[in-house]
Amino acid sequence: MDLSGLLAQLLNGMQYGLLLFLISSGLTLIFGVMGVINLAHGSLFMIGAYAAFVITGWTGALWLALPAALIGGALFGALLERGLFRHFYRREHLDQVLLTFALILLFEEARSALLGNDFHSVQVPALLDFSVPVTPDFAYSAYRLAVLGACVLVALLMFLGLERTRLGSAVRAAAEKPEMVELLGLDARRIHMAVFALGTALAMLAGALAAPLQSVYPNMGDGFLIISFVVVVVGGVGSVAGAFWGALLIGLVDTLGKAYLPEVAGLAVYVLMAAVLLWRPSGLFAPARG
Amino acid sequence: MLVAGRRGSLLLALAALLVAALPLFASNYHLQLASTALVAAMFALSLQLVVGGAGMVSLGHAAFFGIGAYAIHLLPAGISIALTLPAAMALAAIAALAVGALSLRTRGFFFLMTTLAFGQMLFFVFHDTPLGGGKDGVFITRPALELFGLAWEIPRRQRAAAMLWINLGLLAAMYVGLALLMRTLFGRALLGIRGNEDRMRALGYDTRTVKLAAFVLAGALAGVAGHCQAMTEAFVTPEMLAWHHGAEALLMILLGGLGALHGPILGAFAYVGLGEASTLITERQRLVEGLVILAVVLALPRGLAGIGRGWRR
Repeated sequence: MDLSGLLAQLLNGMQYGLLLFLISSGLTLIFGVMGVINLAHGSLFMIGAYAAFVITGWTGALWLALPAALIGGALFGALLERGLFRHFYRREHLDQVLLTFALILLFEEARSALLGNDFHSVQVPALLDFSVPVTPDFAYSAYRLAVLGACVLVALLMFLGLERTRLGSAVRAAAEKPEMVELLGLDARRIHMAVFALGTALAMLAGALAAPLQSVYPNMGDGFLIISFVVVVVGGVGSVAGAFWGALLIGLVDTLGKAYLPEVAGLAVYVLMAAVLLWRPSGLFAPARG
Repeated sequence: MLVAGRRGSLLLALAALLVAALPLFASNYHLQLASTALVAAMFALSLQLVVGGAGMVSLGHAAFFGIGAYAIHLLPAGISIALTLPAAMALAAIAALAVGALSLRTRGFFFLMTTLAFGQMLFFVFHDTPLGGGKDGVFITRPALELFGLAWEIPRRQRAAAMLWINLGLLAAMYVGLALLMRTLFGRALLGIRGNEDRMRALGYDTRTVKLAAFVLAGALAGVAGHCQAMTEAFVTPEMLAWHHGAEALLMILLGGLGALHGPILGAFAYVGLGEASTLITERQRLVEGLVILAVVLALPRGLAGIGRGWRR
């Protein structure tokens, strides 16, 4: 087997998996803490990608788009939580599904009205537009390496934040046992808003990071939403660590599958999900539940 | 989930008669529109068995609809409807059995995510492999309308009326069948699971098998709806399997009312009517659909069937 080719695919798979982690960790936290499913989470990714496209178009600098996606995403998420989602935590699943489905339609319609329905590409920042020699006969795109590094950094910050801060431990308590929050006398509203803002910011950051790697196009969030569901089902219930390992696994399986078994690659992740459901229906990396 | 009482059934029967009489005075365009609503009603009604019956929200239901539609494409062209319809049901049921057996190992939102993912997998099968005949869809030959050697030849002019009657007949049969089913022990067990699954299990019911049976039956009936749409339009496309299509059926259910078996029928007609009316105002269909959903979710949580209390026993 071609070793440097394999190395490139492994790096691609990890980088795709880490982007998936940014999306699915927000999904799983929002689900775990508030018990609400957000089908529009993929649309937030789409909005992040379009934000990167617009901002690089204006200023020519992608690095400005990243903090903008993070901060804008946090504000937008807080606003969504406050204005809409807060009223749906105790509603039927069907209502939540349809509410967030409506958001997808409205976000896509807004995108179409403001920016049209064309495909766009986003320039890789000039500073990172070169290849890094990894082995003597193999070089890898510096931007992709930077994305890998940025995602690892975000994941580390997130784990530290969840493990070491008061808000983080409150969020963990809420994700494991939602009724704990009130027992401990914590401010549930603040936690909910923080979690929703974080999830939205991460999804939009993922979109902005991914924009130069693929074209920016209508409905681009749909595929990511569904693969993120696969990640959450494979990784396990409401756990960020599960989302991390699940995302890496799905990213690698999908990328390696497309490279080496292109005929069946589209199905590989679903077969993996079916196997996990048969073997451990609560997910591969789910913590033991009492 | 309530079945309409005597007065409600009478009203439904009158409405069916009215639809059946449409060819006497309506244009072909409106007959086709009515057929669209009838097919949507079949689709939403089949999903109601899972959502309103067992209380499970599935987002992969469109896959079974699409498989029922593609059955006509996969079978030899021009064979009898007496073969294509059962084949559509059987293929959709097999797919539903596989998806259901795996997805029912999870509950709640995980069931929803799993059905969505498997539904998308089936979408990819018809979208990306040679099996489906291309991602833009394919034209198909309508199945022949013959039963036991008796053929019904339809002149082109009367085709829209004939399709309307077939769709109406199948929807009526589906509704009556489900209304009877809800009165059996199986129907009661299903409603019991919706109310409290743990209690039903404690009572000795094999709840997973009951839910799986409902899921498979719903899949087979969605296959009937898909078959009817393909037959009416002589065209199949992978979009029939897309999860947005399944979400629209959920909207019809919510629009019509979650608590009543006839709710999805009302919802489907309201949905198709709203869509048609909105084309007069704007070309942005998704905007209208999104706003309608917001309005229903925020203001009308019990659906249209919840407005007229007299409909309920």
